[in-house]
Amino acid sequence: MRLRDIPITAWIGIFGIALALFCALFAPFIAPYGETEVVGAVWQEADAQFFFGLDNLGRDILSRLIYGTRTTLTVALCATVISFSLGIILSFIAAVSGGLIDAIFSRFNDLMMSIPTLIFALVVLAVLPQHLIVLILVMAILDSTRVYRLGRAVALDVAVMEFVEAAKLRGEGTAWIIFREILPNTLSPLLAEFGLRFAFAILFLSTLSFLGLGIQPPAADWGGMVKDNKDGIIFGVAAALVPGSAIAALAICVNLVVDWLLKRTSSLKGGRGDA
Amino acid sequence: MSNTSEAGRQPGLRFRERFPLLSLITERLVLSVILLFAVSVLIFGGVEALPGDFATTYLGQSATPQAVANIRAELGLDKPVVTRYFEWLGGALQGDFGKSWASRNSVSEQVGKRLGNSLFLAGFAAIIAVPLAICLGMLSVHFRNRMPDKIINVVSLAAISLPEFFIGYLLILYFAVNFGIATFPATVYEDMGFLERIQTIALPTATLVLVVLAHMMRMTRAAILSVMSSAYMETAELKGLSAGRAIIKHAAPNALAPIINVVALNLAYLVVGVVVVEVVFVYPGMGQYMVDAVTVRDMPVVQACGLIFAAVYILLNMVADILAIVANPRLRHPR
Repeated sequence: MRLRDIPITAWIGIFGIALALFCALFAPFIAPYGETEVVGAVWQEADAQFFFGLDNLGRDILSRLIYGTRTTLTVALCATVISFSLGIILSFIAAVSGGLIDAIFSRFNDLMMSIPTLIFALVVLAVLPQHLIVLILVMAILDSTRVYRLGRAVALDVAVMEFVEAAKLRGEGTAWIIFREILPNTLSPLLAEFGLRFAFAILFLSTLSFLGLGIQPPAADWGGMVKDNKDGIIFGVAAALVPGSAIAALAICVNLVVDWLLKRTSSLKGGRGDA
Repeated sequence: MSNTSEAGRQPGLRFRERFPLLSLITERLVLSVILLFAVSVLIFGGVEALPGDFATTYLGQSATPQAVANIRAELGLDKPVVTRYFEWLGGALQGDFGKSWASRNSVSEQVGKRLGNSLFLAGFAAIIAVPLAICLGMLSVHFRNRMPDKIINVVSLAAISLPEFFIGYLLILYFAVNFGIATFPATVYEDMGFLERIQTIALPTATLVLVVLAHMMRMTRAAILSVMSSAYMETAELKGLSAGRAIIKHAAPNALAPIINVVALNLAYLVVGVVVVEVVFVYPGMGQYMVDAVTVRDMPVVQACGLIFAAVYILLNMVADILAIVANPRLRHPR
């Protein structure tokens, strides 16, 4: 594969993700003001000094946006990585073992998936203490059900191949079969799924924060910033839309990259060329 | 599914052979009831098993043990878990969800008022979104890989990346604040006229339609495309059938089941999307009720709302499965 073959839409996506990563890594150096620093009047209009204006407490929106990248990206990434590891390992164990283990895991997964994710999260978060680790774990466990479903379907296809059977006859253990035989052969669809889950995690975290159940103030976080500034909308203050567009832009960028990855995988498989 | 045709189950086999459709639908109904029961255990049991005690949260850390014991007895928390579960489930089946801890009002009364509002909003959005999505999906397949398809693809990709609340506030800012042609907040009353009510919920409906439209359209497109790229469509094309005839006689019957699935899946999605949209537009529905209850940890309300949302979701998925079985004869004879 050459760099030239990457379509322009994927480049836009990669650029957007890189920009967000840069903001997250170097937030204290590029943000003009502090995360919780009050620098002026409430909902002050945007000007040369304050690029996006000030928020409901007079904090600089641009600075909070940059700091918010940090929180949003970290939490979303942690949740996705945990949900992915959990989903993949459980689904591969189910696919390799088959029988009772597969049946128990899959039925329990069906049960978890029969409750809408947001509703499930609301019920669980109503009871659990408000803590960052709790939030990440809840997001990860709820999302791992989706990963499990895909992982099991993909792994079942590979698990019946000759080379897996050869490995079994050779006397390799379950761990070897999962990590050395099945995982390398399922990497491509799983990578695309990882991107999709990450985009979903960003949106889900923002939704929870917007509902006041995600990241707690005064830490800056995109969904929470929308919640803080939503009352301004009635007076025509667009402060809430800035973090909203940041969420949208990042999710679009991730989706653009995923779209390209998916197209690449499907063109490898052949077929009539569309879909 | 795999071991249903074994010998030794003669009466069942005979019923299955005589009424394959009826027995499959019965099977699906029973499965849904079991699932719903399991979900109720999960919602109730999960809440019980998790740490955190309402009585101590309610009274604060400095509460005397006597006060804690009193409030536990008042809320019925001193009874064993299993007893309370069956009391709760029995009440829920009769439409009684107990009393709210925060306001001491009957939960069922509130739910009764709000469930109708939520379903009205979601239903109205569905009436607009479903036909629109299917038409756009077909359009996109018709112009596949040409300009209209590419535009629809990029726009819908952008639309599924937008959070619901962002679309909502964008619409409020433009249509309610800047142009003043729509109302915000979308508060509805019981004795509101039908037309007035529709006018009030125009913006939340538009938000929901936009949220669900892109998803539904992309899935419709994928479903139709997978049918169009199958071998029998190629045969139809090669034997010289006109495009319209091939689509009506060969593609449409096969695409029906996946499209029904897509619609049901998105209706289920709509039910959840209602939660955020209701909070944005201050619409008195189930979603707002639940979110408010979660913030103050009002467990009877959270459990009731959770169970109802899950029930609607399971019901929609069940209807989708049954319609798919009816629409596709091949599903009636599982191998």
